Amino acid sequence: MAVDVEEMLRLYGLMVRIRNFELKMVEIFTARMKAGDFPGALHTYCGEEAIAVGVCGVLRPDDYVFSTHRGHGHALAKGADLNKMVAELNGRASGLSRGFGGSMHLYDPSIGFMGTTGVVGGNLPLCLGTAYASVALGGTFVTVAFFGEGAASQGSFHESVNMAAVMRWPVVYVCENNLYAATTHVAVNCPLENIADRAKGYGIPGAVVDGNDVLAVREAAVEAIERARSGCGPTLIECKTYRHHPHCMVIPEHRPPKECREWHAKDPIESFAASLMRIHATTRDTLDAIEAREVGLLEAAVKFMRESPLPDPATVGDYLWA
Amino acid sequence: MRRLKTIQALREAIDEEMARDSAVCLFGEDIGAYGGVWGLSVGLQKKYGERRVFDTPLSESAIIGTAVGAAMVGMRPVAELEYIDFITECMDPLMNEGAKLRFMSGGQVKVPMTVVAPCGAGTSEAAHHSKSLEAWMLHEPGMKVVMPSTIHDMKGLLKSAIRDDNPVAFLWHKAMFDLNEEVPEGEWTTPLGVAAKRRPGTDVTVVAYSLMASRAVEAADRVAPRIGVEVIDPRTLNPFDLPAVLDSVRKTGRLLVVHESPRRCGVGADIVRQVVECEFRSLKTAPRVLAGADLPIPFSKPLENACVPQVDDIVRAIEVIAAK
Ligand SMILES: Cc1ncc(C[n+]2csc(CCOP(=O)(O)OP(=O)(O)O)c2C)c(N)n1
Repeated sequence: MAVDVEEMLRLYGLMVRIRNFELKMVEIFTARMKAGDFPGALHTYCGEEAIAVGVCGVLRPDDYVFSTHRGHGHALAKGADLNKMVAELNGRASGLSRGFGGSMHLYDPSIGFMGTTGVVGGNLPLCLGTAYASVALGGTFVTVAFFGEGAASQGSFHESVNMAAVMRWPVVYVCENNLYAATTHVAVNCPLENIADRAKGYGIPGAVVDGNDVLAVREAAVEAIERARSGCGPTLIECKTYRHHPHCMVIPEHRPPKECREWHAKDPIESFAASLMRIHATTRDTLDAIEAREVGLLEAAVKFMRESPLPDPATVGDYLWA
Repeated sequence: MRRLKTIQALREAIDEEMARDSAVCLFGEDIGAYGGVWGLSVGLQKKYGERRVFDTPLSESAIIGTAVGAAMVGMRPVAELEYIDFITECMDPLMNEGAKLRFMSGGQVKVPMTVVAPCGAGTSEAAHHSKSLEAWMLHEPGMKVVMPSTIHDMKGLLKSAIRDDNPVAFLWHKAMFDLNEEVPEGEWTTPLGVAAKRRPGTDVTVVAYSLMASRAVEAADRVAPRIGVEVIDPRTLNPFDLPAVLDSVRKTGRLLVVHESPRRCGVGADIVRQVVECEFRSLKTAPRVLAGADLPIPFSKPLENACVPQVDDIVRAIEVIAAK
């Protein structure tokens, strides 16, 4: 499926939005930590933007996404409001989860974003439910579950993929293989070269793609989503990638410097910008304008957050029951 | 005397037990070369080799299953969960198997294993990284539960847990990560099932463990000398040192239990039950439980604080019960 330049620039803008958001959150969290405050966990998505944008860019508004602890990019790519995202990560009442959730508990069911989770692999059983609902309700909506290569070692991975495969439910499993689960190399989590090689054992298609190439991810996603939508069941897509930052804000960098440098050179945003200019005749000015627009939106979101109150402790019990 | 922090004390305990007994091994996520996300095993893989200290895949059920099975054949595994919240992933090997094997086998099998995990709220990590869950484990006959409140006990109790012939959950509170206290050189153990009197008093008995023990002492200091508060820290919840609590209640006639985990069906409810059953005549007023809210832990600081007893809350609860 050909992608027109306008669509490419939309994808580029989303990737820039995610990158800028993460860098701003790192800045704010670092400042708070220096001030002696511990603002919770922050798992940034920098370096992996092409995956969320490549996949979510082809989803319909009524499709569902289940995300992970490293889920800011998935939320923004599915269309979460930037103001509410910044507010939530900073514990404001105006946040996406009203300050109850924070980074690892972002939800926006109104756009089909069914949540990030603090439990690695915790989303994998749930994605079966929306997929089943699609079948049960006679819908054509599909569900995407993002997860890391570490999560693929959880029992929930096996149960989820197997059940979706047996039932032919419309799920697309997107493994973001960034080579490390916290500090543990993928070789400790999987003896195979690819997580996607496991697809064979479940009788479903598996695909390995360059997770830093947004168009390659998109192509694989289009195929898998079409398959799911047409009732042929799940696909396992593995995206090879690398995170720019250490696991979270409190674990020091432990990865080999040479490896970090090599992957930084494959930055998904820079390489997309280069190919936009080289192959698709986009000018630097166009890209700069997108960057400027995104910077403006982010500044406004930070202002929105700073002007928002913290939640009232008297409301703490308001949302336990429906 | 030297000073140690929580993780140093825990590591020293494991190190000494590994040196003492070749059946002791240590594993979990990130535990090998890196030394654990909390630093529990820093240097231990180098010292004891990859057979005894190793990284596992991200698979809690497999980690705990390995511990149970190895314990069944005479090893003495220590397994780390990065947060106790993830015990949900391994409830079956731990609760349906590990905790019951001794009993189900008619006393043939024993399961000397220790699960070490951080617990507790206060770090803005929200609903999946803030629980304590001691009540879940206490409800499973066959699980011992240890929740220390001092650096001295971190080491002494962990050594006892490792030497114990039963499954033990060892929960250290994350808010105590930076705690830094004086401890002696050399080895010591702290027995399971023996409470510590953290502060003497004659008017009110406060039973509090883990982070709440030090908060209770702080609250007691604040109301002194107006109200004489005796703080009893049970240190281990199973086995539980009931006689120490009863002794104190006989003297004060007033009991307040403080814990961070939710109130409903909690540890406090069970302690009150035991005291009412055994020492009803000594009570001058109804015993009370000050506990965490019956809610998941929310992210934003003002909400999180509202869910966990603060020193001010303990002071108020002491004042209320002392006035009765
Ligand atoms: C069940 C569970 N076990 C352990 C953790 C601690 N933890 C958080 S993220 C992480 C690594 C996850 O690796 P992966 O799934 O590959 O995702 P990535 O962080 O690389 O995006 C670990 C071990 C957790 N949150 N949940």
